[in-house]
Amino acid sequence: MITFDAVTKRYPDGTVAVDRLDLEAPTGEITVLVGPSGCGKTTSLRMINRMIDATEGRILLDGAPVQDIDPPTLRRGIGYVIQQAGLFPHRKIVDNIATVPHLLGWDKKKARARAMELLERVGLDPGLAGRYPFQLSGGQQQRVGVARALAADPPVLLMDEPFSAVDPIVRTSLQDELLRLQAELNKTIVFVTHDIDEAIKLGDRVAVLRVGGKLAQVADPKTLLSDPADDFVREFLGRDRGIRRLQFISTEGLRLRTDMTGDAAGPWRLVVDADGRPTGWVSRERPDELEPYGTFVRGRDPMRSALDAALLSPSGCAVAVDEDGKVVGVATRETLDEALAEAADG
Amino acid sequence: MGDGPPSIWEWIARNWDTGRVGSIKNLLLDHLTMSLVPIVLALVVALPLGLACVRWRWLYQPTSGLMNVVYALPSLPVFMLLISVTGLSQTTVIIPLTFYGMAVLIPAVVDGLASVPDHVRQSAVAMGFTPLRRLISVELPIAVPVVLAGLRVVAVSSISLVSVGALIGQGGLGGLFTRAYQNPFMPPVIVGIVLIVALALVADGLLVLAQRLLTPWVRARKGAGS
Ligand SMILES: Nc1ncnc2c1ncn2[C@@H]1O[C@H](COP(=O)(O)OP(=O)(O)O)[C@@H](O)[C@H]1O
Ligand SMILES: [Mg+2]
Repeated sequence: MITFDAVTKRYPDGTVAVDRLDLEAPTGEITVLVGPSGCGKTTSLRMINRMIDATEGRILLDGAPVQDIDPPTLRRGIGYVIQQAGLFPHRKIVDNIATVPHLLGWDKKKARARAMELLERVGLDPGLAGRYPFQLSGGQQQRVGVARALAADPPVLLMDEPFSAVDPIVRTSLQDELLRLQAELNKTIVFVTHDIDEAIKLGDRVAVLRVGGKLAQVADPKTLLSDPADDFVREFLGRDRGIRRLQFISTEGLRLRTDMTGDAAGPWRLVVDADGRPTGWVSRERPDELEPYGTFVRGRDPMRSALDAALLSPSGCAVAVDEDGKVVGVATRETLDEALAEAADG
Repeated sequence: MGDGPPSIWEWIARNWDTGRVGSIKNLLLDHLTMSLVPIVLALVVALPLGLACVRWRWLYQPTSGLMNVVYALPSLPVFMLLISVTGLSQTTVIIPLTFYGMAVLIPAVVDGLASVPDHVRQSAVAMGFTPLRRLISVELPIAVPVVLAGLRVVAVSSISLVSVGALIGQGGLGGLFTRAYQNPFMPPVIVGIVLIVALALVADGLLVLAQRLLTPWVRARKGAGS
């Protein structure tokens, strides 16, 4: 666990970048620091590995003040990923990844084997090992940056807007990759971003900072969306806050209709194949034509997916399926309405 | 004397290795010594001075100012001044050439280190490099292309400047030019020019080769035009 204990950073020019910050980043979780540009995110992050020293207060790493640890030693135990990846241009990819094992004096073969393992782990072709960084795309470089940070298997990972400089599609895949990796590795991650969507997607806990380096709110994403602490947080969460909340509302309790496959279904009837999987909707007016359908996995997918599925089909209904893709029922406009009304209350 | 003046080839054959100081071979060796020693000395001195200028930024302005003044000094009066200290020796040529080399190489070292992208330096710090190790295994290697570019300029200009030393009797192949004053006989001048240009080309070629071997990541960058 990383603990900020009344940490203040005042730069020599008098700028207070971080103001009496109290924050905990629990072990094995992703804690996201989010806030507008200049609110002290980078400063906070760099105080953890002592690239910047706090002016007041203490930062504890599993109870030990970081001030007591010699910086190079401290840093070799903390992975660090930044926006431009910061790869060494003069070193091949494999050597870039093996940087920290090399610093720690690992045997060359072992360091290399570890680097190759990580290259695959972050979803890169092992054939890239012998290339130089400039020969890789931005997204690939960023993956190498993550691999390099993980090379010596540090328990803590600091990430400063690591995915901000890549295009949205690549960013999404890097985010998914990080979540997949984290599910296997359970690192203590502090992730900095100015993008609230990214914060909500990645964070187990999200700390919202305001300019001047003051903590505005820290909460899990669901609570943040449903109960913003003040106008600043509400404003920062933006206009889509309501829609985003649906991401955190379960479809477990959603009422489903199971009579939509029979003849008595009404204007729309769901066609199901021999295995119980949906094939399409037919309308009473044009019984020979299959219309598109949308599905969600009940209990696993959130309300947002159910709503999305309903909007995808001219029937206005979302097909609920189980993990095998077999139809378990249908969420109609009425049942979705009920669930949304409930969400708005709760 | 029924013979006309000797052809250039005859002249070369006759003067290549006479065993005397002024043979073409000896002049060539002198020329090599007087140009290579300053190149090496300039690099050896410029490296720590350049590093010092990066470490203590206030040093850079005065140092580069002084070096520019040195660079602006015409070489002949400098030779004359030095004669009183070091006599009519090769040292009198080597000292100013070393300073000229430093005037180019100190800024090259400083610029080379400045060419290290900030995010690269930051990530080296974040990964736990000690300052010395960071310098040796990250910053200096990345500075190599810029320093080598400076070294190419220094090598070619040193090789060419040595000949001015002929005016004090220490000009290596430049000695072949001064004879032409006394006797308008062209072969020595032609041989001098050709050998000096050839030396410069060989030195430059070797440095380009060194650059390719030392910094494959730069060559590859040029190759990756797609
Ligand atoms: N080295 C520095 N000297 C003075 N002020 C700084 C320095 N670094 C950052 N700041 C200031 O501190 C504040 C927080 O900066 P930073 O931590 O980089 O914010 P963020 O990462 O959230 O954009 C900003 O006002 C910034 O201008
Ligand atoms: Mg920042």
